[in-house]
Order: sequence, then C-alpha cells, then structure tokens
Amino acid sequence: MPHIRLDKLIKRYGNVEVLHGIELEMADNEFTVLVGPSGCGKSTTLRMIAGLEDVSEGEIYIDDKPVKHLEPKDRDIAMVFQDYALYPHMNVARNMSFALRLQKRPKAEIDKKVRDVAATLGLSDYLDRKPGELSGGQRQRVAMGRALTRDAATFLFDEPLSNLDAKLRGQMRAELALMSQRVQKNMIYVTHDQIEAMTLADRIVVMHGGVIQQQGAPKELFERPINKFVAGFLGMPPMNFLDGQIVERDGDVFVVGDGFDLRLDGPKAAAARAHSSKDVTLGVRPSDLRYDADAPADGSLSLDVLVSEYVGAQSVLLCQCGPAKVMVELGSDTPVALGQTLTFAVNAGGIHLFDHKTEVAL
Amino acid sequence: MRIAMANRMTPYMFMAPAAVIMAIALLYPLGYMVWGSFRDWNPSQSIGEAEFVGLKNYIFLWSDPNFHESLGVTLRFAFFVVSIEMVLGVGLALLLDRDIRGMSVLRTMFILPMMIAPVVVGLMWRYMYHPTIGTFNRFLESIGLPKVDWLGDYALTSIIIADIWQWTPFIFILSLAALQSLPRSALEAARIDGATPWQQIIHIKLPLMMPVLIVTGLLRLIDAFKVLEVILVMTNGGPGLSTEILALRISRTATEFRELGVAAAMSNYLLILLLLLTVAMFAFTRWQEARAAKLRMVVEDDD
Repeated sequence: MPHIRLDKLIKRYGNVEVLHGIELEMADNEFTVLVGPSGCGKSTTLRMIAGLEDVSEGEIYIDDKPVKHLEPKDRDIAMVFQDYALYPHMNVARNMSFALRLQKRPKAEIDKKVRDVAATLGLSDYLDRKPGELSGGQRQRVAMGRALTRDAATFLFDEPLSNLDAKLRGQMRAELALMSQRVQKNMIYVTHDQIEAMTLADRIVVMHGGVIQQQGAPKELFERPINKFVAGFLGMPPMNFLDGQIVERDGDVFVVGDGFDLRLDGPKAAAARAHSSKDVTLGVRPSDLRYDADAPADGSLSLDVLVSEYVGAQSVLLCQCGPAKVMVELGSDTPVALGQTLTFAVNAGGIHLFDHKTEVAL
Repeated sequence: MRIAMANRMTPYMFMAPAAVIMAIALLYPLGYMVWGSFRDWNPSQSIGEAEFVGLKNYIFLWSDPNFHESLGVTLRFAFFVVSIEMVLGVGLALLLDRDIRGMSVLRTMFILPMMIAPVVVGLMWRYMYHPTIGTFNRFLESIGLPKVDWLGDYALTSIIIADIWQWTPFIFILSLAALQSLPRSALEAARIDGATPWQQIIHIKLPLMMPVLIVTGLLRLIDAFKVLEVILVMTNGGPGLSTEILALRISRTATEFRELGVAAAMSNYLLILLLLLTVAMFAFTRWQEARAAKLRMVVEDDD
C-alpha cells in the first residue's frame, strides 16, 4: 500500500489563504480521520489529495512520488462523496462498473467484480435499479461499492454519512469499520462528527482554522489534548472549562477560581508548580466527575443543578459553578431536584490545565 | 350546501373574464380560419358570400405539386436548421462552460443575434450575400476565388446559414443553463473514475442534459416551421420555389393568388403538424414528471 505524505500544503482562494501549511504522513493501511468544525479546511485537504482541487503551494507525495500535477485518475484513488455523487442515468451495476468499463476491462471480469462487491454490500437485488429508485442507505452503499470495484490503493471519504438519519448513520458506521478491516487499504476520512472520528480512526487529525491542531491515536488525543480546542472538540458531552489561577499554598499546589479550590496531585502538581500564579483554564470531562456527597472540598466541585436531561440510564445535568456552566453525568436512579447543590468528586487524573491566554496545555 | 357550491364556483368566477378574452382572441380567429378553409373564398367577398366547398381545398392541396414542393422545402429547412443548430449550440455550451476571465462578456455577445429583429437579420444577410457588392463575394474575390451565387444556386443553403446564425444562441444558452445545473459531484466522481474530458461529455454530461435538449430541440423545430420574415426579405421564396417555405406560400396564396380558402386549409395543415409536435413535447414532459414522481414514491416507500 502506498504511503501518503503532505508537505507544507497551502491553499489559497484569491488572496485568502484557507490552509496554512498542512504536514501529514499516513502509514500503510491506516484509517486516518480528518476532523474539525465546518470551514476548518479538512474537505479542501481531502480534495487536494484527490486532485479535485489545485495545490497553491507545497507537494503531495504518494510513495515518495510527487503527484500534485497528476490528474485524479492517475493517483490510484477511489472516493466516496457526501451526496454519493452517483450517476443518475445509470443503474447500480453500471454505476459500479463505470471505471472498469472506461479501462476497457473484459466484460466477464467486470461482471464478476460487480457481483462480488454487490454481494458483500447486500446490493445483489438492486443491480438493475437507478439511483433515484434507492433509499439513502442503499445509495450510500452503491457509492461505497463503486469505490470498492475500483481496487484503488487509497480510499477517500468526504463526510459520507452526514446525509443519513441518525439510526442509519450508526449502522453504516459499523459497516464501514467492518469494510476497512476487510479490504486493508489506506483510508482517509473527513467528518465533522467526533464520534465517527473516535470510532473509526487509527489516527485522528484534528483541524481548525486551516491548521492541524493535533494528530494521533484517538485515545491519545482524548487523554492528552494538546490545547483547549482539541480538548473541547473530542468527547461527548464536551469537556467543561472553568477559569482560575494556580496558587501555591502550604507547600501544595491549587487551582483556584470562582466556586472551586482544587488541590493538584502527582505529576499535574509538579507541572503546575512551574506556572505558579498563572491564569489558567481548568478542563474536566463529565466522565471525570463522580457524584460523591462526602468528597473533600479540595477534591470536588459544588454544583447547582440548572437543567436535568434524562437520556435513559444516565441523566446529563447542566449545572452552575461560579460564572461557568458545567455538565455532569449522573445515574438516572439518583433523585435530583432543580436548584439543588450537589458535590462531585474530581478524578485527579482527569484534570487538564490550559494557559488562559494561549489555550495551550501546560 | 348552497354556500359550499358558491365557494367551489368562486375561482371560476374570477377566471371567467380571462377565459372570455382568451376565447375571443384565440378561438374566434382559429374558428374563422377553419370555417374559411371549407369555402371557395376570395378577398373581395365576405365569408358569408363565399361558396361552401367542403373538403375540396384540402383535397386539392393533397395533390398540389407546389404545396408538396413547399412542404418539402419546409421539412428540409427545419431538419437542417435544427440539427446543425443543436450540434453547434450544445458544442459551444460544452466549450464555454468554464470560469475564465471575460467569459460572461463572451456569453452575452453570443446571444446578441437572437435579439435582432428577424426583418433586420434578413436585410443584413441579403446585403452580405449580394452577388457583386456583398461581403462574402468581395472577400472571395479579394483572395482570388470565384464568386458564389449565394441567393441563386445556393439559396436554401444560404437561408439555412442565416437562420443558424440567428438561432444557435438560443440552443447555446439553454444548453449552458442545463450544463451548469448538472450535479458537480457526479462529474468529479467521473474524473476520479478515470473519465477523460471527452468521456465525461459522452457518458455523463450529454445523457444528463438530454431532457433539456429534447425540449429545446422541439421548441426550435416548432419555430423553424413558422419562420417567415427572414426568408421573405432575403429571397421572397425564390429562385423558383426553391426557398418557398410553407409560411411564405400561405401568405402568397392569400395575397397574390387571392385564394383565402386554400390558404386557410394550408394553415390548418401546418397547424396540425405543429400541434402534433407540441403534443409530443407535452407528452414527453408529462412522462418525465410522472416517472420522477413514481421514482420518488418508490424511494419513500423504501426509507
């Protein structure tokens, strides 16, 4: 499988620079997910790899061969589009075999390939249908089938699931994960949905404002976000942020803010000690807050419940802590009254500290 | 009950004035023409004085070699004009469907011929085709080639060229609009699938434009059957009957030969022909809509 490398990719539209030097390497058989909010440049990056968008500066290497000036068809890629981009006038079989027919492969080979792929995707009964006669999920499958029949070395996905309803999306996500295990190819996948990113990726690349914020394995990014943006983007419900200051008191290190006074332990304390009396943002994920009425004051947050959202086994509580809003999760069997003040113990390992000004993790 | 009835009638009451005007403006002359076509009628008589002859005018035309000639000229003219205009118009649209600086100005210039009054177009081309002082022959002369008798030996070709000049833009703008509304991602998918620009045109663009192209072609065909002014000014049907298209023959039968009944019958033949084309066009669009609706239903059932 080829090894793809992006070298200082820059994209400009007129005078506006939208990508500011993207550097990225994708290893063999890796499932790479580019994730970020709308307008972060993730789709543009993917389209540049595909050859659908010109590169303003920088180079794309596939197996150490520069491909910037190659047509899409000469890059050995297959792509699945957000709106499926099926050919509306061709039936499913012809949609899937279009590339092979252009290559003038023998008819028997094309037929076999289409049949095989259709069987794996559960499309065998629909080969004669036109895209307009299929449901959204089936169209999505045809789009994937079209990419699969190509036998390309690299698969590109541009938000392939975002046009599906929530239930179908979950189902297709699982099928996609299965498919990627089976075909063992390079996959580059663009999405704005962090759950898709977390579940599918071998490596997540978080982008924001035309810059790569952080890349790495999902677990690494989740546990050690490099800045406040990455911390807030990954995880559901999102990480809570509270403004405070690092204070040294009686030989211990504390983060003190309006409504909380937390003592730091272990390596966090050592790291924080170097930044004494600095303004910081404290980040705690809802999953690192545990309801515990007896927790010590210097290891817990006292929260006033504003809203309780029942979501089944768990409830998500939106609470007030000083000037900030904090989300926590709580078993639904614990009775909670609105306006009640609850104490939540903070998991010491789940404390993240960011420089208040630069938003970089300490 | 009464009130429900009145409510149901309300829209028709509001539509009634328009319907009356339509009936007078459209159906009355049409009925007059049909009525007149059954009579041996000359312009000095009122329609009531003209003798009723039944289908005589129609039967006469059926075996009239001049009418056949004229119908033949019309069919040949319409066929060549529409097919050449379709090829050129669609070709230009495919060529100019890109974002280059100044393209919008170029596109506007392309549609200028369509905006000129047909009589002016006829005059313009007549002077350009003039055997001695015309642009074309002076040009041929200046590069040492023999003159061409444009409106003589090549009269039909010449009027076809003039019509192509005037009406290709019509097909061009409609094709361009169709082209620009094609799904962009399908074309991108085709590029990734390895289609060359030429293959994209053959396999993706043209098939997807086809519904618009069919309607455009039919509209042009209907128009080509009715063309009059340009040819009237350029050749007045000559030399001989070589460019006497039906519309021109109708007008001459009525004014020069003073046979209003025959002219009316001829108009009705033309009307029937156009009606068939129009019905075909409506049937086509209806069929398309029905198919689209059916497909949508199938999809919704599946979801």
